[in-house]
Amino acid sequence: MQDSNSTDIVLRAKNFSAWYGEFQALHNITMNVPAKNVTALIGPSGCGKSTFLRWINRMNDMIAIAHCDGVLEIENKSILNKSIDVVALRRRVGMVFQKPNPFPKSIYDNVAFGPNLHYRLTRKQKDEIVEKSLTDAALWDEVKDRLKDSALGLSGGQQQRLCIARALAVSPDLLLMDEPASALDPRATAKIESLISQLKEDYTILIVTHNMQQAARVSQQTAFFYEGELIELSDTEQMFTNPTKEKTEDYISGRFG
Amino acid sequence: MSRLPRRSYKKKRMYNYLFATFCVIVTSLSVAALFTLIITIGIQGWHHLDIDLLQSYASRFPEKAGVKAAVWGTIWLCGICVFTAIPIGVATALYLEEFAKKNKITSAIDINISNLAGVPSIVYGIIGLTVFARMFGLFGTINDPLVEIGNPMTFFYFRLPFGSSLLVGGLTLALVVLPIIIVSSREAVRAVPSSLREASLALGASRWETVQKVVLPKAIPGILTGSILSVSRAIGEAAPILVIGGFLFIRFTPENVFDDFTAMPLQIFNWASRPQEEFHAVAASGIIVLLCVLLVFNSIAVLLRYRFQGKS
Repeated sequence: MQDSNSTDIVLRAKNFSAWYGEFQALHNITMNVPAKNVTALIGPSGCGKSTFLRWINRMNDMIAIAHCDGVLEIENKSILNKSIDVVALRRRVGMVFQKPNPFPKSIYDNVAFGPNLHYRLTRKQKDEIVEKSLTDAALWDEVKDRLKDSALGLSGGQQQRLCIARALAVSPDLLLMDEPASALDPRATAKIESLISQLKEDYTILIVTHNMQQAARVSQQTAFFYEGELIELSDTEQMFTNPTKEKTEDYISGRFG
Repeated sequence: MSRLPRRSYKKKRMYNYLFATFCVIVTSLSVAALFTLIITIGIQGWHHLDIDLLQSYASRFPEKAGVKAAVWGTIWLCGICVFTAIPIGVATALYLEEFAKKNKITSAIDINISNLAGVPSIVYGIIGLTVFARMFGLFGTINDPLVEIGNPMTFFYFRLPFGSSLLVGGLTLALVVLPIIIVSSREAVRAVPSSLREASLALGASRWETVQKVVLPKAIPGILTGSILSVSRAIGEAAPILVIGGFLFIRFTPENVFDDFTAMPLQIFNWASRPQEEFHAVAASGIIVLLCVLLVFNSIAVLLRYRFQGKS
């Protein structure tokens, strides 16, 4: 996995712990996320994987009782300082949510939303970004003739790909995906998965999933979380063929969770 | 399963039918009340209802009396009320829902706003009189203002204290409807799914950008509905206007917001309380005009709402 062009570490967590009020959701997580790779976070519900994801783009700032401790760095810069600009952080760290959540605007305006927040663009530049993002999200051919139509008219799978295009439009360094396919049918899921495999050529992806086959299919590195602790982190192939920890094996083989 | 005691399907159907019937009766009651009002008022007031009624001012003679001053007064009041109460109300709602930290102070504000919605409008009239009309007596009296700029006969005129003027009437009505606008706008803002806020924030939008580009467009139909209902309520208010000193007998239309004024409900109250039978008929035709003004206002609002809904 660690071949020559993907050794850069994009995200580094060291002894990272997080709480909701008194409840400790994450215990001393230490892990690295290499560039241009897909890292899957697996584990039973409530094990802290989504919490971890939501700290990386500081979405947990919205929750008053959430706090944390330890180190969380993107390209060797801490992202936990009170002083860092979350707006700049979120431009670099995109997020795709579990349920497709397109804005009640046109397809075009959905994709152009992010770029408009960060850049002064001419009409032509905007058109180019929208086309490129939709193409990257494998949606361009399906919607190119109805960019002005409401995004709410798309199917669930198309909406989710639109949300991916929307996230790609600000060219993030890191893309967080929180169970992006769990609300979709198998065909739409397959499309999202093949899309993720293509995207890793250009983007670093961190994906939370409940579906272990999915983790095995799309990721190069897998992290197994259990009750707020990182039990095992290894190459996906190794994790699914020869896990080192008993807990991991029990979970993967379906004995619990 | 067959051994479990069965519920009677006949009873199910019967209760369903009974409840539906009950709902129909209750709905007809409110419709009936409205129809009774319209018909009795119509019978009393129709023969006074002509273009003269709209074009003439108040008069000692019932056959010459008209609602021109009152209609213009109401339009001005309504305008002042809309342009003060809606921006302040919506901004307050947005602050409380989107920006304020949830602590004891905000929950105290919360409870007080809900309480204010239940305060009788005459109390607001007293506040309006003390604060806006007299300004605690800090700037002389109502009839002898300390500060006066411009000519009272033109549009460009300013005075302190505000006196028993249109501006005070409009601001007082704004106070009356403000709590209702805040509460209903908050409901509309709260109804915007948080997944949309998250989507916007995750793309690097600030709180304000999220409110401006995502929350407000989605909440506007709901905000409009609440605001429209409360402003139509303000149009019908007589008590606070009476307290701040709206005039009962006026023979001119307002030149500026500091002019003396009367309003539709006030004019109707005045006519209805006179001993002569003929004036009661004029009051009835005044009510018809007021209902029409309300109808026009509500229709504009409904149209606006549909436009905004169509957009999103």
